[in-house]
Amino acid sequence: MAIDMQLDRHILRRTDSSDEEIVVNFGPQHPSTHGVINFVTQTNGEVIRRSVPDVGYLHRGLEKIGEMVPYPGYMPFTDRIDYLAAMFANEGYALAIERLLGVEAPPRAKYIRAIAGELCRISNHFISVGTMAQDIGAATPLTHALRERESVNDLLEELCGARLTFNFHRIGGVAFDLPTGWGDKVLRFLDHLDSYIQEWDRLITFNEIFVKRLANVGIITREKAIDYGLAGPNLRGSGVNWDIRRDMPYGAYPDLDFNIPVGAGRFGTLGDCWDRYFVRVQEIVESSKIVRQALAKLPEGDIQAKVARKLKPEAGEAVGRVESARGEMLYYVVSDGSEKAYRLRVRTGSFMAMAIIEELSHGIMVADLIAIIASLDVVAPEVDR
Amino acid sequence: MTHNEPYLAEPGTGVLFTNTSMIDDAINLARKNSIHYLLFGLACCGIELMQTGGPRADLDRFAAIFRASPRQADLMIVAGTLTYKMAVRTKLLYDQMAEPKYVLSMGSCANCGGLFQASYSVCKGVDKIIPVDVYVPGCPPRPEALTEGLLRIQDIMMCERWKTKMRPGRVDPNAPMMIPAPGAK
Amino acid sequence: MLHEEICTQLQAQFGEAVGALSETKGDRFIVVKGQRIVDVCRFLKTTTGLEFDYCQDITAVDWPTRKIIEVVYHLYSLVHRHGLVLKAETDREKPTIATVEGVWKAATWLEREIYDLFGVNFEGHSDLRRILMPDDWVGFPLRKDYQEAGGYHGIGNARPDPLVQLAKLTDGKRKAVAAAAAFAAAAPPAPAPEAPQEKKE
Repeated sequence: MAIDMQLDRHILRRTDSSDEEIVVNFGPQHPSTHGVINFVTQTNGEVIRRSVPDVGYLHRGLEKIGEMVPYPGYMPFTDRIDYLAAMFANEGYALAIERLLGVEAPPRAKYIRAIAGELCRISNHFISVGTMAQDIGAATPLTHALRERESVNDLLEELCGARLTFNFHRIGGVAFDLPTGWGDKVLRFLDHLDSYIQEWDRLITFNEIFVKRLANVGIITREKAIDYGLAGPNLRGSGVNWDIRRDMPYGAYPDLDFNIPVGAGRFGTLGDCWDRYFVRVQEIVESSKIVRQALAKLPEGDIQAKVARKLKPEAGEAVGRVESARGEMLYYVVSDGSEKAYRLRVRTGSFMAMAIIEELSHGIMVADLIAIIASLDVVAPEVDR
Repeated sequence: MTHNEPYLAEPGTGVLFTNTSMIDDAINLARKNSIHYLLFGLACCGIELMQTGGPRADLDRFAAIFRASPRQADLMIVAGTLTYKMAVRTKLLYDQMAEPKYVLSMGSCANCGGLFQASYSVCKGVDKIIPVDVYVPGCPPRPEALTEGLLRIQDIMMCERWKTKMRPGRVDPNAPMMIPAPGAK
Repeated sequence: MLHEEICTQLQAQFGEAVGALSETKGDRFIVVKGQRIVDVCRFLKTTTGLEFDYCQDITAVDWPTRKIIEVVYHLYSLVHRHGLVLKAETDREKPTIATVEGVWKAATWLEREIYDLFGVNFEGHSDLRRILMPDDWVGFPLRKDYQEAGGYHGIGNARPDPLVQLAKLTDGKRKAVAAAAAFAAAAPPAPAPEAPQEKKE
């Protein structure tokens, strides 16, 4: 079969006639780019002059599909927007439609959402810190992280039947109730996790090589982080104390007591890669606390509010926000009164994080670029949708 | 070890001498127990690919390790949704692999476009650009399913014939062909 | 600060260019004239008491019936913890609006995405080119009247009917089974069973 091959043109042009400057395509197939993202990099040997992210290799038209599929049927697609933290993607969509309809999930559903979400956050952060360690050069921590993640996968599989793309939330609540004995299994896992995180910290977080590779690299100041619209651990790593769970509370979070880890510039400057990494490690500990509290306080009751089968909200618009593992996820839904959305927009934390990479890339080494990409925890489907 | 069925139904073709077929088996045994697969995780199936290569469902026990460069790989596991923008590069990567090369299409999106059939930017299946040997269904497939897919690739590898350099899966699907049943030696 | 107070402050500053707070179901928004959007955004960012320093989202909605493409701005103030939704209408035939890149850097990529998917031209943008679709893509996919081109560079966008494919495969399999039976029939017959020996024992 004949395919007319025509690769995209170079975006960068040589600015000087030095023979040592080359333009390299970093991706889209690359083990370290966290998905199919291309960085068109102009380097002089090992030092980068400029690196421009080139995205869109996983653009699947999810926003257009939102206009073709009825409201309840879109839930599996939200899983694929952020497959590493799929519970949050589900929850954000459910919150947006519930706001449009004017319903609220029952208390038990809110607590189950919190439990499932925080377990998903633990799972996502393990991948994030594991792949970060691998990108720095250590191959073994990734297998450690994957092993811990298998336990979370087992728990969530028992809850909703799937390991990765859960489709667990429904508009008005959640799909399934907690199985018998699941709470004890979760608590056993959390006991193991709390001791394991200390081992992880000894092995990697405070490892001298790791710190030296990440401290003072990719410094994002507070003002720049806010200006570029970063979200989640990226924003908190730069010292901005902002978390949707506490500041625009939703679900069961007002009743739960937890800290928000914020970067402090412990090794090196505030806002460097190590700060963002350490925020994620601390968030694993905090998530474990939240799950314990939620399991202890779990109320009885329904798991889903009464919602019609064929949803036809009145014409209007609504916004649903969740603090996803990768930052604030904003679902903007415009309804025109029919059973399909008129416009569905998903704004994700990773998209904004890509925009800042070009600015950070001037004059750094290639290995530092990889560390920056890993610390920003971008994932391709969030960028491309 | 016993022979595989001859590639074509007519007796006598494909295997010329007994000692050549033992050489074939030796070569194929070496090939199937040292698969280097290209890390081509595109989307969610890529994460399940990582998990399958991880500690529990270990692909390394089949001596299948991942390579990042297509020059060093002989199996391309297309894990995830293929968009048109990526399809062009996928063809390039496939062309860069050296023969004999195999393609395993992992997940619904790579098989046929998956749940993104209605999308404007999704290529409806990776077999529109490159020939596929094994399709593993699932969304995403469990690690056990992917392992089964790898075992089927191993079975296909054992069918290779050095003399004729032909193997099933590379020929028009309408022609009669004989692929050994799973588990046949 | 409540939405009403922000709205009155904006109307005091800009008068006619700023509309009233919406009354539709759901979140409330303010419609702003497209020509003044940059001034309004800069005012919102720099005025003490408002200080909308965080641009959460810029997106667009296509209304072919109203003949406009609406550009929607979701703004937030981390300092004062209040949010606002602005909407600016652009003509659907030639959608153009000034860029707010100078106010928030976050707008750079968000506006590029709107250009790519809707075709809205942002005047003054530093780097307006396609971001999600391939560079040589024709058309703006998220518009309501978008028609797919039927493939890309020779790759078709349809799959054959699976039932037709299954019939072809089963046809091929039937032929293979028949060929195997023919092959087995051509081989020498199996040796006769040793019946007399069994009878002796």
